[in-house]
Amino acid sequence: MTTSPTAVGTRGADAGTGSVPVPAAGPRRRRRSPGPSQWTAVGFAAPLLVYLVLFYAYPLIRNIDLSVHDYTIRAFVQGNAEFVGVEKYVEIFTSSTFSTALVNTALFTVVSIVFQFSIGLALAVFFRSSFRLSSGLRALFLVPWLLPLIVSASTWAWMLNSDNGIVNSVLSAFGIGQINWLTSPDTALISVIIANIWLGIPFNLVILYSGLQNIPGEVYEAASLDGAGAWRQFWSVTFPLLRPVSAITILLGLIYTLKVVDVIWIMTTGGPGDASTTLAVWSYREAFGTGQPDFSPAAAVGNVLILIALVFGFLHLQLQRRQEAP
Amino acid sequence: MQNIRRKPVLVAATAAATTLTVGLLGACSSGEGGSGNGTGDSAATGTYTWWDPYPQHDDSSDWAGRVQQCGEDAGVTISRTAYDTTALTNQALLAAQEGTSPDVMLLDNPAVSTLADTGMLTTVEELGLDTSAVDENLLAAGVVDGETYGIPIGANTLALYYNKEILDEAGVDPASVTDWASLTAALEQVDAAGHRGITFAGIGTEEGSFQFLPWFWGSGADLRELDSPEAVEALELWKGWLDEGYAPNSVIGNSQNTTWEEFLTGSFAFVENGTWQVNSAAEAGFETGIIQIPARDGGGAPAPTGGEFIITPVQSDEARYDVTRQIVECMTTPEGFVQTATTFAYYVPPTADGQDALLEENPELEPWVGAVRDAKGRTSDDLGTSYPPISEALWTAVQNALSGAQTPQEALEAAQADAESATS
Repeated sequence: MTTSPTAVGTRGADAGTGSVPVPAAGPRRRRRSPGPSQWTAVGFAAPLLVYLVLFYAYPLIRNIDLSVHDYTIRAFVQGNAEFVGVEKYVEIFTSSTFSTALVNTALFTVVSIVFQFSIGLALAVFFRSSFRLSSGLRALFLVPWLLPLIVSASTWAWMLNSDNGIVNSVLSAFGIGQINWLTSPDTALISVIIANIWLGIPFNLVILYSGLQNIPGEVYEAASLDGAGAWRQFWSVTFPLLRPVSAITILLGLIYTLKVVDVIWIMTTGGPGDASTTLAVWSYREAFGTGQPDFSPAAAVGNVLILIALVFGFLHLQLQRRQEAP
Repeated sequence: MQNIRRKPVLVAATAAATTLTVGLLGACSSGEGGSGNGTGDSAATGTYTWWDPYPQHDDSSDWAGRVQQCGEDAGVTISRTAYDTTALTNQALLAAQEGTSPDVMLLDNPAVSTLADTGMLTTVEELGLDTSAVDENLLAAGVVDGETYGIPIGANTLALYYNKEILDEAGVDPASVTDWASLTAALEQVDAAGHRGITFAGIGTEEGSFQFLPWFWGSGADLRELDSPEAVEALELWKGWLDEGYAPNSVIGNSQNTTWEEFLTGSFAFVENGTWQVNSAAEAGFETGIIQIPARDGGGAPAPTGGEFIITPVQSDEARYDVTRQIVECMTTPEGFVQTATTFAYYVPPTADGQDALLEENPELEPWVGAVRDAKGRTSDDLGTSYPPISEALWTAVQNALSGAQTPQEALEAAQADAESATS
């Protein structure tokens, strides 16, 4: 770990001495004197490098290592897992859970983002015109963000309970029969999406609201002088000027939502059956959700998830670069 | 040796004395710590590590006191750490990988064969422990390929608790519930009287399988053949109760604790739950009773055993085993078993001696002791490490069938296919 930065450092030092004409009198001295400064540079960079390698590179490498070996529990303890190449990937791709999990992940992510973003944007625009209590109200909208997830997810699970949930008791007051929110394969995914939308609104609200602060008021003034109504102002002024912030909000949201485990696990454990299982939940269940930890397929699913997130990550970088270019 | 043998009896004689001794011990050690570091170091060499899944019992509890007493009798200090049940298995695996296993562990019985399979546990023969007195059906969960890897410290199992007020009102005699037909008839009567029938836990975790197994086995089904007609019949029984409205739809996501909460509201006639609720049932706002879970054609169904094993992970320093054995022996004397039983709200001792001693103190536990004698370990029948994947397939099938995603037949056929591919 520490050897690779050292090697880079010395090579750099050699290149430096090679290009600069060095008096023959003190080659030893000369060669040494850039040494300390290079060493200092490496020394300053070392904590960051060690941190990056330890907390970013190693887990990734370890995850790939887990997924290409057959880590049964015995192999995990004895450390002699057999190399199986892509066998675990073939196993998960051909598993009956894979297509369900993939579709669920797509639905969960896309539907969550669409609603989180549009509701967040609507609220941000609403709070832009300050009125009495607006800051207090805005703070209230942050509550979902502040509550521990175990609390909010358990509360949602209780509210959506088939028999004693508050949602069903309200619905029955309107003559709608019992809906098995969390226990029917048709509605379990919808239920966790609803909870996740609620959880994600504050994030979108905060970022979009701060984006709105950067749009100068004169633009709106000019627009209203030209006779643009509120609706027209939104589509012709707010929306286009907010595009850079929106893009980043959506991309960050996508990456966050892809890897959600906690909300779903607490509310339905991915059930009934696989009805609300996403890739992230599937990975968690393989590794920690059964009596027998299955690390290899869990790591393989995790890697697939990382790849998907990576695609969006690159998209994000690409977008950022395009914004900085002009 | 005599001294060691004598002390547990003393412990059993009065629990108050134990607490007192521990209190004194605590006072002593803190005094030593204050006087100098040297004494602290020498004490550390005599420290034995102990992990258990009882975070609800903190360091000042009777349970922690007993553990310390057993260490003291063996002349060492015990450093006890409590984990959550599922976290404990993962912790144990990680520790084994790092070579930092504890000296003694208490572990949920279906996980014992899994850990034994990794080679991280010593056998009782290696340690020189005697297991001849332990009931065979309870010990079976710790037996892998003829080797025994631990001793059950107690057992619990499932039965049906009933709400006597509701049954009286509906005109149902609990003694008449002897098979599936009479149980369903009783539920129908309760439903007609305007009450809810039964609640159980069908959650998509090990708990779901645990709760389904009495019906599965009671039907005559075998875990190696999940799609047998008997298995389908058991699942159809549950599904039928849901369809008729005898059981609430929320059972699909209910844990055992949730079902118990539902029962305590007083709106359910029956609940499937375990020995550990005996105290809570006595405090319920209505009169309760228990019956054994009926098999399909009458008689008691074999319920799965719950409860922890005391196991001893392999140590690099084999000289430690002698003290470890003394600690384990201290926990598994008949008196020790009874004490464990009462500390944990009625954990039935795994030996005939222990059971008799418990019944002497608490004769009302007779039906539970009977149920434990009829019970069956989940990993027994030499299933061992095949059990976890089979169980996962089974609870998934239960979920799919109850939620209506598949018929019981389809769900169990899919489960059998999954279980076969996972265990082959």
